[in-house]
Amino acid sequence: MPPLARWLARRLALTLFVLWGTATLAFAGMRLVPGDPAHVIAGGVQANATPEVLETIRAQYGLHDPLPVQYAIFIGRLVRADLGESYQLNQPVSTVVLEQLGATVSLAAGAAVLGFTLALVLALLTAGRPRAGALTRALEFCAISTPNFWIGILLLGAFSFSLNWFPVLGEDGPRALVLPWITLALPIAGVLAQITREGLERALGQPFTLTARSRGATENRIRLRHALRHAALPVLTLSGWALGELLAGVVVVETVFARQGLGQVVVSAVNGRDFPVVTGVVVLAALTFSVINTGLDLLYRVVDPRVRQAAL
Amino acid sequence: MTEPLVVVDGLSVDFTTRHGPVRAVRDVSLTLRAGECLAVVGESGSGKSVTARTLLGLAGQGADVRARTLSFAGHDLRRLGARQWRRLRGRQVGYVLQDALTSLDPLRRIGYEVAEPLEVHGLATRDDLDDQVVGLLAEVGIPDPEVRLLQYPHELSGGLRQRALIASAIAARPRLLIADEPTTALDVTVQAQVLDVLAARRDAGTALLLISHDLAVVARLADHVAILYAGTVVEQGPAAELLAAPAHPYTADLLAAVPSVEGPVPDLSGLRSAPAAQEGCPYAPRCPLADDRCRERLPEALPYDTGRLVRCWYPGGAPASVPGERSAVPVVPARAEPVLTVRGLTKRFRSPDGSHRTAVDDVSFDLAAGEALGIVGESGSGKSTTARIVLAEFEPDAGSVLLHGEPWSGLRERDRRARRSRIQLVDQDPLSSFDPRYTVEEVVAEALPRTRDRGERVAELLGQVGLDPAILRRRPGQLSGGQRQRVAIARALAPGPDVLVCDEPVSALDVTVQAQILTLLTRLRRDAGVSLLFISHDLGVIRQVCDRVAVMKDGKVVETGQVETVFRAPQATYTRALLAAVPRIGPGPRVPARPRVPEPVPVTDLKGPT
Amino acid sequence: MTAPALARPYRKVRPGLWAAWAFLALVCCAALFPALFAGAPDQVDATAVLRGPGAGHPFGTDQLGRDILARVVYGARASLFVGLGSTLLAGAVGSAWGLLAALGGRAVGEAAMRLADILLAFPGILTALLVVAVLGPGTRNATLAITIALAPGFARIVRVQALVVRDSAYVRAAINLGLRPWRILRRHIVPNVLAPLLILATLNVGTAIIAGASLSFLGLGPRPPAPEWGSMLAQARNYLDVSWTLALFPGAAITLTVMSATAAGRALQARYERREP
Repeated sequence: MPPLARWLARRLALTLFVLWGTATLAFAGMRLVPGDPAHVIAGGVQANATPEVLETIRAQYGLHDPLPVQYAIFIGRLVRADLGESYQLNQPVSTVVLEQLGATVSLAAGAAVLGFTLALVLALLTAGRPRAGALTRALEFCAISTPNFWIGILLLGAFSFSLNWFPVLGEDGPRALVLPWITLALPIAGVLAQITREGLERALGQPFTLTARSRGATENRIRLRHALRHAALPVLTLSGWALGELLAGVVVVETVFARQGLGQVVVSAVNGRDFPVVTGVVVLAALTFSVINTGLDLLYRVVDPRVRQAAL
Repeated sequence: MTEPLVVVDGLSVDFTTRHGPVRAVRDVSLTLRAGECLAVVGESGSGKSVTARTLLGLAGQGADVRARTLSFAGHDLRRLGARQWRRLRGRQVGYVLQDALTSLDPLRRIGYEVAEPLEVHGLATRDDLDDQVVGLLAEVGIPDPEVRLLQYPHELSGGLRQRALIASAIAARPRLLIADEPTTALDVTVQAQVLDVLAARRDAGTALLLISHDLAVVARLADHVAILYAGTVVEQGPAAELLAAPAHPYTADLLAAVPSVEGPVPDLSGLRSAPAAQEGCPYAPRCPLADDRCRERLPEALPYDTGRLVRCWYPGGAPASVPGERSAVPVVPARAEPVLTVRGLTKRFRSPDGSHRTAVDDVSFDLAAGEALGIVGESGSGKSTTARIVLAEFEPDAGSVLLHGEPWSGLRERDRRARRSRIQLVDQDPLSSFDPRYTVEEVVAEALPRTRDRGERVAELLGQVGLDPAILRRRPGQLSGGQRQRVAIARALAPGPDVLVCDEPVSALDVTVQAQILTLLTRLRRDAGVSLLFISHDLGVIRQVCDRVAVMKDGKVVETGQVETVFRAPQATYTRALLAAVPRIGPGPRVPARPRVPEPVPVTDLKGPT
Repeated sequence: MTAPALARPYRKVRPGLWAAWAFLALVCCAALFPALFAGAPDQVDATAVLRGPGAGHPFGTDQLGRDILARVVYGARASLFVGLGSTLLAGAVGSAWGLLAALGGRAVGEAAMRLADILLAFPGILTALLVVAVLGPGTRNATLAITIALAPGFARIVRVQALVVRDSAYVRAAINLGLRPWRILRRHIVPNVLAPLLILATLNVGTAIIAGASLSFLGLGPRPPAPEWGSMLAQARNYLDVSWTLALFPGAAITLTVMSATAAGRALQARYERREP
């Protein structure tokens, strides 16, 4: 088998393993809940459900079966992409998730593009230039240290409530997305700009840069054609983490800007202990991240020929 | 006589650093003509690379360059702007750095790297770019250039990479080629081939500025030699005369310290080590001739002999380059009891592609008490793997190692541990073999049993290896390379071993420091009666230290015997080739470039596990 | 939620660093002895609701007329508890986990690392949310949740570092000297693995504080009316049209604390890396 195919096969196996592991952990989590799951489904311990109602629920959700059987049923459904039914919403989890997916994806994707672009531009402009670097470094440091819900609240207060430039709430159109995008993009841009600049500066100090200079190459050529590729490697390594932060940010930012989306779904599910929904979102996130990380690793192999020989 | 291409007069380069200004180059004057080779020779930190980079306007950030004259082909380099410098670089002056693995962009194909100067200077059209690159790769003797141009630097052997780097430097047909340590870290046979490529350029009319720490390497190529010490040219002149009769004491010491494969083995115990002086002659602290005048005032460069310049108050006063033969190598009793018995050692490794490679193949030898056995071979010959098996770092696939006649390999670690102290290692890179949190004292003390007089023993050991006890509380990172290696030797001696395995112990050191360490090892062998298993790629070094030698190639021992016998009358073809490739500082005219046929290059430059 | 380990420290020491240490000291004092700085955080002053900063209430009051200064001061304890507690726990668990994975033999190592792979397969906040979903909200549970989210990252780094040290030339040299494995582990491996980890942990405190505040902001941290910076911001979000100073002080408290902790951590990192020339 050619190395690439073998590598992809192993990645696929790893992804399946991670999905299985995630689902199993989620299942274990559900069964670890203190108290009777039937109570939870009935709307919390406080809700005075009659024993008859609880009994119906137990029967409906198969809670009488021994744990291994419940687990087998759970995994069996998962394989058929059946995530079960929400306790709270009485809808299939997949329907709930699919309804909200679009809003979240447009939020996250826009912020990712904005964040990466900002980082790249800042780093290219300031690498190897101590004065400009010091200023942006300070800004990046602020961006990294500020929780994004505070950034969101400040932006909302300033631009929506005081200046009325952007809508306060709502889903309508890209205008409502501008502030959430900025809120999400700033922290990851801060980190990525630092990493990129450092990668650029490290590459600019390498002997091959000296060689390129000795050939008469211009500064721009050295930065764009040589150093940038090298800087891309640590950025790719960290991109998985950055995108994870971004998705974590989505949960919070949707709350700040009162937007619909998966973040809201998962928060209310956690609050209401709606386990099928939590499990569904977590498994979906694991799948997304396995795919993203595989993509990033593939890109890494494209950029760095040295790792292409290695099997995994 | 033709006009000189390069004229440097009174060049000084200072660097502003956090610790204050550093004078890297002081009052250096050089000239170079087309078709000639000028070699600038010096040890690390002598300012030779900075001098070369000044000619490219790449002395570095914070460099303050001053000169009375700094001209190239009649242009005053001091007046060039950034754009003019760029037009000069690559087009007029080509630059070859050492270690092509890092000097070629590892993420770019070879073809791209070679083509870059052509693209930058607009010397090729899209259509003929590839043809030009193929032609250049063929010109420097790279086989299958059409294939190579699509490969990446890490896919090429060290020799091919260096050739590719040269191809990129000469792509735009520059009139001056600067080669900064172009053969360092290459095997001798490959080294000779790369030097041939450079010689061919010189013979084609390119001016060649060769920077090296190795006098033997430059002796082959150079028409003129300039010796640099602490940023100052201490001596310069025609290569043949200068090498035959050095006038400056430093040149004399440098020449004596180069281990050679023929002639008498010199006694180097007189070499001193001390940092360069800031006032007066920088070499005064190490010079046997130094007096108060030397310590106070640096002499001007004075004419000496024919066409030579020497900065010394006592030119030619140094003892001849061979100060008398070393006292005979301690004679080992004819049939001493072997300390170490190695029989049929074989070790295979799995390659990344799943195939097996035999690193060590049926190797056998004995090491007698008090004897020094050298194992010599090029990279990938299996010499280091053999050393690691002898140290029981891993087990052989077949064969055995006996220590004092008792099993040493094939034991459980628990059963070996008590006897570990019998065999100790001195490694190539001592710094990485010290725990980064440890001081010199802790490093050495760890090797000693926990007794009351441990502190005294540490001081005693440091004295034995020629170190000042004042460095006890220093961290190895703050020491010089030579000092670090001495600490490593002190630690290795601490448990009172019977065998010292030295794995390339001097290959990272400057040649005079190297000579001192070799002298130290020889003395310790005599005093402590320890046997040496000495691994090296350098035949001259082996000859300096060892009684017997085993020559390894592709995991096999191809020849064993007494050092003098093997070096004088090598039996195996490979030994002969190896000896022939060693650069020599011989009297007589420089070696003309061989007619350069793109000869088959050994592509298997695989590095063994180390 | 693993901190970007690749981020490098600043090279120069500046007065800002002193300010950072001073602010950290202040926050620690506030967490330990809040009564020294402000009055009761729960006292309702019905006559002064949603006031801006002014006399009597330097930071203003919230929607119930509670003094914001007092609530910010008393909130320090919860934030530090979550930030330091989860980092310490995650550091301890992660070190043991990583060392086991590196040195515990093939089967144990594989199992330990695959578990880390699963937990690292999605963003830490989701792990934390899952844990809170199981355990329920609250300060202690939020700390545990963040610990579980952080620990696998630590474990992975410790494992890599332990492998590097295990295969290092100085450990080989120690084996060559005939030292016993236990002694090598104690004298060489553990110190050289844990020293960089300590610095990483310092850098992680800020991340953990933000994570804790995020959980509270989502209503999954300490239950109101307990003062906590994140939940104060969540309430302030609802009164933005009336008073934006409500959001100013708790947010600034988080940001300055995180900045100070990160700056201090980076300074330590820089010192550690410069220790050897």
